[in-house]
Amino acid sequence: MEQSIALSKSAALQEPRIIRYLLTFIALAFLAFFIVLPLVSIFVTAFQKGVEVYFAAITHPDALAAIKLTLIVVAIAVPLNAIFGVMAAWALTKFNFKGKNLLLTIVDLPFAVSPVIAGLIFILLFGSQGLFGDWLFAHDIKIVFALPGIVLATIFVTLPFVARELIPLMQTQGTSEEEASISLGASGFKTFWYVTLPNIKWGLFYGLILCNARAIGEFGAVSVVSGHIRGMTNTMPLHIEILYNEYQFSAAFAVASLMSVMAILTLIIKDIIAWKSKSV
Amino acid sequence: MSIHIHNVSKKYGSFQALEDISVDIQSGELVALLGPSGSGKTSLLRVIAGLESSDVGEILFDGQSMTERHPKERNVGFVFQHYALFRHMTVFDNVAYGLKVRPRKTRPSKQDIKTKVMELLQLVKLENFANRYPTQLSGGQRQRVALARALAVEPKVLLLDEPFGALDAKVRKELRRWLRKLHDEFHITSIFVTHDQEEALDVADRIVVMNNGKIEQIGSPDEVYTNPKSPFVYDFLGNVNLFKGRLANGKLMHGEFALDVPDSHTHTDDNAIGYVRPHDIHIEKTNMPGTVPAKISHIHLLGPIVQIELRREDLDEFLEAELTKEQFFQLQLTIGDQVYIKPKQLKVFIPEDYSI
Amino acid sequence: MSNVSLPKKARRIIPGFHLSLGYTMLYVSLLVLLPLSMIFIHTMSLSWTEFIAIITDPRAVASYKVSFGTALVAGIINAIFGTIIAWVLVRYQFPFKRIIDGLVDLPFALPTAVAGIALTSLYAPNGWIGQFFEFKIAFSPLGIIIALTFIGLPFVVRTVQPVLQNISAEVEEASASLGANRLQTFRKILLPELAPAILTGFSLAFARALGEYGSVVFIAGNMPMKTEITPLIIMTKLEQYDYTGATAIAVVMLVTSFVLLFIINFIQWLTNRRFVH
Repeated sequence: MEQSIALSKSAALQEPRIIRYLLTFIALAFLAFFIVLPLVSIFVTAFQKGVEVYFAAITHPDALAAIKLTLIVVAIAVPLNAIFGVMAAWALTKFNFKGKNLLLTIVDLPFAVSPVIAGLIFILLFGSQGLFGDWLFAHDIKIVFALPGIVLATIFVTLPFVARELIPLMQTQGTSEEEASISLGASGFKTFWYVTLPNIKWGLFYGLILCNARAIGEFGAVSVVSGHIRGMTNTMPLHIEILYNEYQFSAAFAVASLMSVMAILTLIIKDIIAWKSKSV
Repeated sequence: MSIHIHNVSKKYGSFQALEDISVDIQSGELVALLGPSGSGKTSLLRVIAGLESSDVGEILFDGQSMTERHPKERNVGFVFQHYALFRHMTVFDNVAYGLKVRPRKTRPSKQDIKTKVMELLQLVKLENFANRYPTQLSGGQRQRVALARALAVEPKVLLLDEPFGALDAKVRKELRRWLRKLHDEFHITSIFVTHDQEEALDVADRIVVMNNGKIEQIGSPDEVYTNPKSPFVYDFLGNVNLFKGRLANGKLMHGEFALDVPDSHTHTDDNAIGYVRPHDIHIEKTNMPGTVPAKISHIHLLGPIVQIELRREDLDEFLEAELTKEQFFQLQLTIGDQVYIKPKQLKVFIPEDYSI
Repeated sequence: MSNVSLPKKARRIIPGFHLSLGYTMLYVSLLVLLPLSMIFIHTMSLSWTEFIAIITDPRAVASYKVSFGTALVAGIINAIFGTIIAWVLVRYQFPFKRIIDGLVDLPFALPTAVAGIALTSLYAPNGWIGQFFEFKIAFSPLGIIIALTFIGLPFVVRTVQPVLQNISAEVEEASASLGANRLQTFRKILLPELAPAILTGFSLAFARALGEYGSVVFIAGNMPMKTEITPLIIMTKLEQYDYTGATAIAVVMLVTSFVLLFIINFIQWLTNRRFVH
């Protein structure tokens, strides 16, 4: 609607045709060079040495182990951050309390921290020289350079995604529907389940998708805490790095192409959600 | 169900939203809380519903204290200002909600819920809209859904927050009449909040006029209109002309006016303000004792009432008068005419007693 | 006269306050505040002179310059081209617009390592694009800028787009009816409205670029003093088990990020104040 109004504007509100074409050309050329070309090059390079090399690369035991590890990490980190996101958004949008803005800033904090530092902090906590290092060693618990460390670093990096998506949404929705539900006799849980959740489901889904994409692709933080043990603690991005550094370009790009497909799927699902949530 | 509000006060930070409010509402009454925005009327309504708690004071339903009760235990139907309809539910599901969320023991069967909801939708004339979503309805229709939803839980008290605030003038009038009819049929004790004096005068059995978190006056529409207890009520309910003058020997001195004010001897030589409704301004074409000369500056002729703007000759002040069409044609007034006026009735307030 | 009841504790009608707030506090305390505080606690083990010596080491200082400089240039490129892209996407009609609009988010969805190797192979001296240039793009600061531009592109577009969509045509019509030409309307009416969004988008892209690691390590070449970014210094120190050195550099980065975060919030606060009275 908005667009069609904007487009049917009178000549006085339009730039000269040449300017319009020029701007469109600049925008499209920029996107072609920075987005489309890299994307295309991934798939071309992946299949350069033929389909057999491609499939050999993605079915290699190390690749499969990396895929499995990535999926495990995502399966733990994303649901935890989703529950946190809903809880935090509920506390921050339905109530007023002192220190609310401070808490909002803290929730956002991981976005402002370099992924490398996100990894470093868990080394400082759980590494051999870390705060809990001796205790963990004495009890033979491995966190850093093992699955728990990778999960923790991933949770840290993707922590704000769901909350960030829900907070502005729930802020604009206000509290009157919840009040109506409660005045009609519904319990707190029923109010959340029947009134709040349906209202935020698309926003929640949207946040989940973004959180998921980042969790799958996180490189810097995971790189610090993983220890790079092939077939054990390598996630997909780390596996790509190793292949690339060993000059196995086709194999590296083959695994990269898998991740690119996931990224494109993410974009498509995002678009569908945006469209769905608008039409409801 | 009768409602007793005892000495209720509430503060938001340093803002006194409600100050020592006490009202008794009889069972089956339709009461309007009338006041400008920020007067505390919505806060009071929300305190009655339990959506907000008061700092001090008590709310009793039929003599039982509700102060500590959760809103869902109070059995009130609340109609929200912007309706607060559940946007992802159909009209049917909205109305059925209060019945569906009951604990299994007291929940009616699916069939019973359906019958009940359809009955209510018939009552609000929306039986053909059961499967629509709130966004597909007009403002008036949404309002009626909100009402049906509140009535579905068979409340003993119906509370409405600016029920017609967001509607256009015509729908507003229609719904007003319809609400009155509904109330006369069901006799649920009802309280509605409004800032529109006409609405309050038109619909309510009794009006509670509020200002700055305090009650200015409680009374029937006729009482508060013809016998306002304070300058604020005078000002807020209908138009009024102000005569700012001095009291001397039982008379209000204002320009060439010396108007009798009974029982005012104690206040001799005080500043005082006389309040006169436009229809209480008497207009003559000839000079009579007690009148002052004025010139007609504007005539607004619309419907049965004629509004006349006058400029007083003794003081450079404007006045507003209202005549019936018959009176107007009898007097044969035109713009620029010299006329003589006097107030038929006025009420005097000493400003120090009231802060306006 | 026992009618005076004491003020009651404010009762909250909507349930779950203590549960949701408690859970949120516990979660951020354990997973954000405690780990982050380690950076500062660990740095305490250093004396002031040791700390200064580490963070002013020539190699570290060179890395600040590389990181800051490339992030700044990439941010500016994104501010300019991001605004143009947002403008074109909102105002003009062309084929495949919806798909192109969706592709803008690719840098958010694509793993940084994947972006890193793709850009590197494109801009390497023998790559699709690199072969047309006499000078090196990949393995030079130019390559870093390209990677950071890619990473930060969606920020400016996605902050400017909604603002542009919400500017009512009436304002522009008013400007035109008062005799302004298109360029004047843009400079005097539209640009001031867009400026806060552009600035916010720029700051977000800049902040992200400062900390970026994955896409840069592949394309940078990582030559000390020339193309070594600060996150890589931390990484190198970690690989040498120099945790203290890594932490000291991390303090510099964290403080810079927090200052940036503060500035972003301040800009948003200013704009909110200007429009909502």
